[in-house]
Amino acid sequence: MGAFLFRLVLRNCLRHPLRTVLTVTGIIVAITAFGLLRTTVDAWYAGANASSASRLVVRNKNSLNFTLPLYYRDRIAQIEGVKSVSYADWFGGIYIVPKNFFPRFAVEPRSYFELYPEFVLSPDQMKAFLLDRRGAVIGRKTADKYGFKIGDQIPLIGDIFPGNWTFVVRGIYHGADSKTDESQMFMQWENLNETMKKLMPDHANEVGIFLVGLEHPEDAAMIAQQVDKTFANSRAETLTETEKAFQLSFVAMTEAILLVIQVVSFLIIVIIMAVMANTMAMTARERRGEYATLKAIGFNDRHVIALIAGESLLISLSAGALGTWLIYPVADWVGHRFGSIFPIFLVSAKTPWLAAAMALLIGVVAAVAPAWRAATLKVAEGFRGIG
Amino acid sequence: MTGVPLSYIFRNLWVRKLTTALTAGGMALVVFVFAAVLMLASGLEKTLVETGSYDNVVVIRRSAQTEIQSGVAREQAALVAARGEIASAADGSAEVSKELLVLVVMPKRISNQPANVTIRGLSERGIALRPQVRITAGRMFRPGSAEVVAGSRVAKGFRGAGIGETLSLGGKTWTVVGTFDAAGSGFASELWGDVDQMMQAFRRSAYSSVIFRLADGADFEKLRGDLEDEQRLTVEAQRETLFYAKQSEMMSSFLSVLGTILSVIFSIGAIIGAMITMYAAVANRTNEIGTLRALGFRRRNILAAFLMESLLLSLLGGVLGLALASFLQFYTVSTMNWQTFSELAFTFSMNTRVVVEALLFALFMGLAGGFLPAIRAARLDIVEALRSV
Repeated sequence: MGAFLFRLVLRNCLRHPLRTVLTVTGIIVAITAFGLLRTTVDAWYAGANASSASRLVVRNKNSLNFTLPLYYRDRIAQIEGVKSVSYADWFGGIYIVPKNFFPRFAVEPRSYFELYPEFVLSPDQMKAFLLDRRGAVIGRKTADKYGFKIGDQIPLIGDIFPGNWTFVVRGIYHGADSKTDESQMFMQWENLNETMKKLMPDHANEVGIFLVGLEHPEDAAMIAQQVDKTFANSRAETLTETEKAFQLSFVAMTEAILLVIQVVSFLIIVIIMAVMANTMAMTARERRGEYATLKAIGFNDRHVIALIAGESLLISLSAGALGTWLIYPVADWVGHRFGSIFPIFLVSAKTPWLAAAMALLIGVVAAVAPAWRAATLKVAEGFRGIG
Repeated sequence: MTGVPLSYIFRNLWVRKLTTALTAGGMALVVFVFAAVLMLASGLEKTLVETGSYDNVVVIRRSAQTEIQSGVAREQAALVAARGEIASAADGSAEVSKELLVLVVMPKRISNQPANVTIRGLSERGIALRPQVRITAGRMFRPGSAEVVAGSRVAKGFRGAGIGETLSLGGKTWTVVGTFDAAGSGFASELWGDVDQMMQAFRRSAYSSVIFRLADGADFEKLRGDLEDEQRLTVEAQRETLFYAKQSEMMSSFLSVLGTILSVIFSIGAIIGAMITMYAAVANRTNEIGTLRALGFRRRNILAAFLMESLLLSLLGGVLGLALASFLQFYTVSTMNWQTFSELAFTFSMNTRVVVEALLFALFMGLAGGFLPAIRAARLDIVEALRSV
C-alpha cells in the first residue's frame, strides 16, 4: 500500500512538470537565501565567537575614543592572576581610497603576538618585524587581495594619526583556524609614539586599549573588577571586560540592522510558504474529482491526506536539500566578494539544519489546508464538478 | 472589437479567493520588504541632508574623515575664525563656532546596552548656526556651566539624558536642563553643552572642528583654496551638506546593496508564485478561453486579459504591501553609524518616490509572472480548447 501511494505521489508531482519546476526553483532560492542571511548574522558575531575567554580588554570608561596612559601597563601587570599585558591602538588610515578598508592596529609586537597565538607568524618574519621600526605584519587575506609581498611598501594616509605613513611588509600571518580574522594589519606602536611626541605631545605615551592575558580564565570577572578599582577616581578611569563582551558591544551597536536581517530571513520563508501553499491548494482543487473517486473505491481519508502531504513534502524536501547544498558555494562566493566587510563568512554547523527544518515546515504548512479539504470532501460533492 | 471586459477579470480573481489571497499576500510581503528598504534609505538621506546647511562650512583637520577623528589646535581655530568671509550676526559678532566632539558610552533606556553617544561642545554662536534646532522643553544651557541639552532622540533613548536628570561624564556631573527638537536632523542624536566646559572635563587641548556661515555662499571655493594653501593650517573645509552626506556613505551603500540583493531574491519567489497561479488559471479556463475565442475575441484580447489579471493581482499585493509598510513610519531605527562610530537615529520615511517605485516593482513582478502564461493562453487553438474539459 505504502509503495503504491508513493508511486502515486511521484506521478502526481510530475503531472504538471512546469509547475513543479517553478515551485522547486522558488523553494531553492528561498532556502539558499535563508542560509545566506543566517550566515551574514553569524559573520556579525564572528569576532565575538573567535575571542578568547582568557583575555581581558581594558579601555577608557568614557568611550573608546579616549586613551589610557601607557604607565597603566605596569600597574595592571602587578595584579595577581595577570599573566601578560599588551596594548594596541586603532590606527585607521586610508590606503589610497577609503574603500580599501582593512583593520589596522598599532601594537607592541612582542607581547601582542604572544597574547594572540591564533595569529601565526614564522619566527624569522617575526624577527624581521621586530627589527624594523617601520615594519608591518599583514593578514594572508589582505595580502592576497592587494597583492602585497614581503618587502613591499604600504603607504597610508593617517586620519587619526595625521600625516603620510609608509610601512614595509615584514611578515604575513595566517590564522590558526578558519575562525581567525586574516585581514588585519599590525604596525609598531613605538614608531607612532615617536611621531606623536614631536607632533602632538599631548597624545604621546597614550594607548587605546590594554589587552590582558590571564593565568586562569575563570578569574576574569574578579580581575576585571580589580583593574577598574585600581584606576577608579584617576584621570582616566577604565572599563574592563572580557574580549567577548568587548566584541559583543560592537555587535550590539548595530543590533537594529541585525534584527532586520533576522526578520527578513524568516519573511522569505513565509513568502515561499504562501507560494507553495498556493500550488498545493490549486493542485488539490484540480483533483477533487480524483479524490472523490479514490474515496468511492474504498480509500479512506488517511490515504488522501497522505497523498497530498506526500506530494507537498516530496517537493519541499527535495528542493530544500538542493537549496541547503547550494548555501555552501554561494556563501563561499559572497565571502570572497565582501571579504573586507565580513572577514569571516562561514556557514555554521547549525545553518543547514535550520534550513532543512524550514523546508519541512514549508511542506507541512502547504499541505494542511488542501489535505483537510480533501479529507472532509463528500464523495457526491467531489463528483459534482465533473461533466 | 473591444477587449475582454474588466468585470470578467475581476470575477476570476474573486472566484478563487484563497489562491488570489496567497499570491497577492506573497507579493505584498515582497513589496513590504522592498518598500521598507527604500524607506530606510530615504529616512537616512533625509536625516543627513537636513543636518547640514548649504552655506555652512565645516573645517576639520586635513584627511580626518569625521569630526571625532579631527583635531584643530587653538591657534589654528583662531586663524580660521578670523576669516573675512564669515557672516556677521545682528550684534556684530561673527557667525562662527569652535566645537569639540567626543564620544561617550551611555546605557540605553530600554535594554541598558551601552552605545556611543556624541557630545558636542559649542561656542555661543553655535546654536544660531543650526536654525532647525528648537528647544522644546526646559531651556538652553548657560555658557560656562556644567549644563547640557539633549537631542530628542538621546533624551528618549538613553538613561540619564531626560530633562532634569544628571549625567556623569569625564569626571564631572552634567545636568540636563533642556531637550531640543532637531527637525529630523542628525543633531537629535547628540548632547550639546558649552565647549570650554567640555574641553576642561575631557582634557582636550584642541577643538574638533570650526563651523561657520559664509556671508556669501559663492565665496566657498576661494575660501577652501585659501585655507588649504595657508602654511600655518593643516585643515580642510567642506560644505556642511556634503560633509554630512559623506558621513553615512558606508551605511547608505550597505543599505542599497542589501536592498538590491533582497529585492532580487524575493522577487524571484514572487514572480514564480504569480507564474504558478497564472499557469493554473490558464489550465483551468482552457474551455472558457476557447469560448471567448469562438465569440470573436482575438488572441491579443486574450493575452491582454490574462496579463491584466496578473497585473491586477500584483497591484493588489503592491497596495497591500505599501499599506503594511506605512506603519513603519512610526518606528525609529537607532543604530551605529560605522563612519562616525556614534549612534544615529532615523525614521522610515515614505514619500511619493517610494510609493511609485514600490508599485512599479509590484507591477513588474506581475508582468514577469503573467507574461508566459498569457502567451500560452493566447496561443491556444480554438477547437482544441473547446474540446477540453
